[in-house]
Amino acid sequence: MITRRRLLKSAAATGVLATAPGFAMPAIAQNSKIKLGYVSPQTGPLAGFAEADNYIVSSFLQTTKDMGLDFDVIVKDSQSNPNRAAEVARELIVDDEVNLVMVASTPETTNPVATTCEGEEVPCLSTVAPWQPWFIGQQGNPGDPASWKPFDYAYHFFWGLEDVIAVFTNMWGQLETNKQVGGLFPNDGDGNAWGDPNVGFPPVLDKLGYGLTDPGRYQNLTDDFSAQINAFKAANAEIITGVMIPPDFTTFWTQAKQQGFTPKIASIGKALLFPSAVETVGDQGHNLSSEVWWSPSHPFKSSLTGASAKEFADDFTSVTGRPWTQPIGFVHALFEVAVDVMKRVSNPADGDAVAEAIGATKLDTLVGPLEWGTGALPPFAAKNVAKTPLVGGQWRLRNGGGYDLVIVDNQTAPNIPTGGKMEPIA
Amino acid sequence: MIWIDTIIQGILLGGLYALFAAGLSLVFGIMRLVNLAHGDLIVLGAFLILVLVTALGLNPFLATLVAIPLMFALGWGLQLVILNRTLGDDILPPLLVTFGLSIVIQNGLLEGFSADSQRISAGALETASIPLGPVTVGVMPLLTFLSALAVIVALNQLFYRTSLGRAFRATSDDPVTAGLMGIEPNRIFAVATGIAFVVVTIAALYLGTRANFDPTIGPARLIYAFEAVIIGGLGSLWGTLAGGIIIGVAQTVGAAINPEWQILAGHVAFLVVLAVRPRGLFPKGL
Repeated sequence: MITRRRLLKSAAATGVLATAPGFAMPAIAQNSKIKLGYVSPQTGPLAGFAEADNYIVSSFLQTTKDMGLDFDVIVKDSQSNPNRAAEVARELIVDDEVNLVMVASTPETTNPVATTCEGEEVPCLSTVAPWQPWFIGQQGNPGDPASWKPFDYAYHFFWGLEDVIAVFTNMWGQLETNKQVGGLFPNDGDGNAWGDPNVGFPPVLDKLGYGLTDPGRYQNLTDDFSAQINAFKAANAEIITGVMIPPDFTTFWTQAKQQGFTPKIASIGKALLFPSAVETVGDQGHNLSSEVWWSPSHPFKSSLTGASAKEFADDFTSVTGRPWTQPIGFVHALFEVAVDVMKRVSNPADGDAVAEAIGATKLDTLVGPLEWGTGALPPFAAKNVAKTPLVGGQWRLRNGGGYDLVIVDNQTAPNIPTGGKMEPIA
Repeated sequence: MIWIDTIIQGILLGGLYALFAAGLSLVFGIMRLVNLAHGDLIVLGAFLILVLVTALGLNPFLATLVAIPLMFALGWGLQLVILNRTLGDDILPPLLVTFGLSIVIQNGLLEGFSADSQRISAGALETASIPLGPVTVGVMPLLTFLSALAVIVALNQLFYRTSLGRAFRATSDDPVTAGLMGIEPNRIFAVATGIAFVVVTIAALYLGTRANFDPTIGPARLIYAFEAVIIGGLGSLWGTLAGGIIIGVAQTVGAAINPEWQILAGHVAFLVVLAVRPRGLFPKGL
């Protein structure tokens, strides 16, 4: 029986069918715009990572227009929420029908998006998350290495845990200490990986002759670190390390000073990435050390604009009035790879071809040379991960206030120039 | 030695939690309104103080004095214009409205101040400490605790020594009868929320000087405040202080055994108190 509803339904269905060939015909797709989707945490606690997005996307559209390329970028906000990230990735794929999904900043953003893309068989390019949480975190059973499988559509470029361990221990090696290390590892993805007795800091420190005092995993947003401070005092620790969120580091550092505990070295991951975070400890942040993934003194050039890292950072500051931060180079590099990949495929709408082209990328970008399948990686991850260089830096108090990040150790990547030597915290 | 230090640090931490909780306790005690935006309001207060410190170059303590009347007015207006409309037999509307308010405040602050970590600088006071017998006590945590004590004493005086306090208690007990006696519950509620916002501003000073804050950090502070209120017994201000201290000490003692137990120990203490005394330690006759 034909009811009003059924009639409407079938009309809608045939309507869809009538328009469908327009999307599927390769000849049309070739001449149409190339659609890029980009997911990043523009609001919420991770928003600091995405502050350069508007600048990068608008300068990218300008550059590609000048080059005669027809790109369209659809930007989606993950709101720092993994569920939301997966949802907007699906919107990009289903509603916007993008040809390539790009995603940046922390496993909480990259993993749900990459997993969605892998499921929907849409190519995905991701960055700004150490490769272990990215690769292992997306596996069906993270606890069983034998079951880990490479991905067909998801590709990633960044450094790994092994790099940050090497950088930190190289920095510590520059100074004379009693080799007693205090560890501050929170009970989150990063903290558990860094403190892991098999793949984290403990085995490496043991081999290099360091003693580690690890009081245990604490919860993020802790208001009191007196237990850790007492443990470090009792162990006479001269080095502090860990991977903390910025508010926790400020709480710890302030409380340590109140309790009269000042180590010679404090190398903290994650908390000290942004100048604004270091400035929150007032003038107590001098000579704190951290990992450096990108800086204006890195000797790399953009393959899109030809701008050096220094020129790129200066332009960012002059346009936005904000100091440079480490993620901006990586977000720019995402777009560099996208253009390079799309130049090499005949049909951007062919997801398999695009994914294959990403895997075959060989490009000198703003964050260094990128090439998949060749890095110093375990065999299971080599196909999907390209590694970028990592060095170590210290924050130095400027005379007029504010901090500069100075690269003090480049043993892991000698082509990146240092700006000074490691100095102890006074 | 370490144990004495652990307990003293816990008591000082409890002062911070009690300060977070006092405003919540006040609002709930008088109008049975669970304010889910309480944590975000503390962050809002911290941003207000920060603006005053950076724009006018004021000392943070002085800036708090300037912020207090502003926040009082804000609380007064908020209650009069929005929250009074949600009060009634149904407990759901105030929950939903304050939940929405929490989202509005977070995103408004994010729009205005970006996601940068901020901190109110208290200068050398931040890391200053005084030796107290065998332990060293930070000046700022000590000030936090003393402020919590002062806030509780002041609120108690207000409640039991002034005619405004009598009106608060009367409205809390029976708004209809209080209305018959010439008290207008809506105005009383507005004043109560204004006073709660004053306490929120004091809490904001210590939240902002203790560590970093950003627009989204508020809700994480809310749960300890709730627990402190419940442990202490609804409506009892001294109970709220005791509740804060119990959670603080439980956390530091738990952490001294193993940092993994720090947060858990606070929650376990809360559950134990509830199991032994379901109405809290010092319940008011409700």
